Amino acid sequence: MVIFTHLDERVFMELFGIPLQALLSQLLLGLVNGSFYAMLSLGLAVIFGLLNVINFAHGTLYMLGAFLAWMGLSYLGLNYWVMLIVAPILVGAFGIVIEKTMLRWLYKLDHLYGLLLTFGITLMIEGIFRSIYGVSGQPYSVPDLLQGATNLGFMVLPNYRAWVVVASLIVCFATWFVIEKTRLGAYLRAGTENPKLVEAFGINVPLMVTLTYGFGVALAAFAGVLAAPVIQVSPLMGSNLIITVFAVVVIGGMGSILGSIITGLVLGLIEGLTRVFYPELSATVVFIIMAIVLMVRPAGLFGKEK
Amino acid sequence: MKLKAMALAITAAAAAFASASASAQISGDVIKIGFITDISGVYSDIDGQGGAEAIKMAIADMGGAINGKKIELLVADHQNKADVAASKAREWFDQQGVDMLIGGTNSGTALASAKVASEKKKVYMQIGAGSARLTNEECSPYTVHYAYDTVALAKGTGSAVVKQGGKSWFFLTADYAFGHSLESDTANVVKASGGTVVGSVKHPLGASDFSSFLLQAQSSKAQIIGLANAGGDFINSVKAANEFGITKTAKLAGLLVFINDVHSLTLKNTEGLYLTDSWYWDANEETRAFAKRYFAVRKKMPSSLQAADYSAALQYLKVVKEIGTDDSDKVMAALRKAKFNDMYQKNGYLRADGRVMHDMYLYQVKAQSESKYPWDYYKLVQTIPAEQAWTTKAESKCAAWK
Repeated sequence: MVIFTHLDERVFMELFGIPLQALLSQLLLGLVNGSFYAMLSLGLAVIFGLLNVINFAHGTLYMLGAFLAWMGLSYLGLNYWVMLIVAPILVGAFGIVIEKTMLRWLYKLDHLYGLLLTFGITLMIEGIFRSIYGVSGQPYSVPDLLQGATNLGFMVLPNYRAWVVVASLIVCFATWFVIEKTRLGAYLRAGTENPKLVEAFGINVPLMVTLTYGFGVALAAFAGVLAAPVIQVSPLMGSNLIITVFAVVVIGGMGSILGSIITGLVLGLIEGLTRVFYPELSATVVFIIMAIVLMVRPAGLFGKEK
Repeated sequence: MKLKAMALAITAAAAAFASASASAQISGDVIKIGFITDISGVYSDIDGQGGAEAIKMAIADMGGAINGKKIELLVADHQNKADVAASKAREWFDQQGVDMLIGGTNSGTALASAKVASEKKKVYMQIGAGSARLTNEECSPYTVHYAYDTVALAKGTGSAVVKQGGKSWFFLTADYAFGHSLESDTANVVKASGGTVVGSVKHPLGASDFSSFLLQAQSSKAQIIGLANAGGDFINSVKAANEFGITKTAKLAGLLVFINDVHSLTLKNTEGLYLTDSWYWDANEETRAFAKRYFAVRKKMPSSLQAADYSAALQYLKVVKEIGTDDSDKVMAALRKAKFNDMYQKNGYLRADGRVMHDMYLYQVKAQSESKYPWDYYKLVQTIPAEQAWTTKAESKCAAWK
């Protein structure tokens, strides 16, 4: 992106009647939003892939991450960087409690039961926060280190947004690497294919499953902390986002790790373009794509037919 | 034997009803106020439970009873669904004997409830909804539109900002009925005041990200970015505008802003923002006294809507006390003759189209350095006299006012 800083505005041409400059900036913004989609859909995909649970509570746990960041700062004086580590750990631990006490009884039942349970958890947590904190949202400002913006020539990009993209890409690809390329990941994948056989080799599969759920929801909390300075920390922030993220997972293919990362980023870009060409459609475009993908490839772009 | 018991029961019941209607003009021997608003959703902070609290304060100020008849309050959540609001209103009028309904936020629910109230011939005092249709195409002899409407917001912010030098406008508009009408009302005022509208972009309701829309606004080079949206959308657009440095090249004008929004965004993000509102807690001794009382219970300062909830309930009860009945037609006739004086308004009155005529105020949000104490947020730029604030007779589409 640095090369653009030296170019004069006049160098840019027009594309489909839209100045290239505007197009580039919208694409970059799309990438920022795509990073959130990627992180959230990754967590959902990991949980669905390894536990076969449709985790509807994902959006709420994302909200919980953002709220913990705000609480840490306003009640305990813990700054953004501390909470970026602490909030996911706390939410992950909370996820482990949910898995140990409730979710694990549902693995043998239909997907719908897991969906209903997590949906119920969502309603309860959201209701509690709404009744305590109201809906207007709590202010949370950008950490000092990332204040300010960088002029890229074609647009002024706030430093914080650049950090969001970098942080989420690192987290996403690290997760993908662990699951697809390491021995631990191989155990995990084998454990979900045939738990009995893997246990016979002396591996504690139930523990692995518990930790996986904890990790998946910790990812949601991490995304929540990242989002806190960008959008208002409000009890409704999770439910606003979760439907879109589910659509992303469906397009990418339920359970596909790499699929969910790439789909998240690409859909962010497509949404960004829609905002230039036909803004009214930008909230709907993801669902239109979902419908088309489901008609052509019912298992999703990266999913395998079972 | 059975027949005899039945006959006795019927006689007793008939006697009871007869004595009730003979002894008093208060229906059901109780004055029942219903309050339907958004208690749990996106608009619950600006009205909601706080609004109910304000109405309770008005009831307490009337001593909880009028001529020995108790005043009761029923509260319901319409969940921002027009059908829920309408069916609740119907149930309350038919089965609970509600005498007067106070309507909360959300224009869709307001228009639906107003229809039911007019069909049942019950007084409907509308506070939280902004649609000017309530006193235009859909005006009714039983609707009292109390606090604000989209026309007043447009006239206030639109004309005042142009006068302050903000000549060229770009609109960022929520893509639904309310946003569209706010944009078109304001655009008309801007043009009439000598300004120009250079463009607009419509964003989906509850959009996740506003930065791309704001960049489009910025590239239009407009001096003023008019935010024709509300609540969370407004908050997130202001936040993004600051983050992307858009407020350095253009000024924001909020077309529907409540003090809760400013509190949530903090002064750092809202400094210099123009807004029109009907009431501000720190205006004078009376408003401060009310705000202090409210704060003691809710731990927040009241919004203009919550203050208007109080005022509407108080003025209604005063009229009922004065004429000694809660009969809707008599109450409406008395309301049309009354002058409203309380901490919310001075010399307010009810116009034929159902509009309550009170002054509106153009405020500007203070800079952090100017704010001396908590909730010290606004400075008054201009008082807009009632006669200039609202729809004029020439503009009105209300049949009853022609």
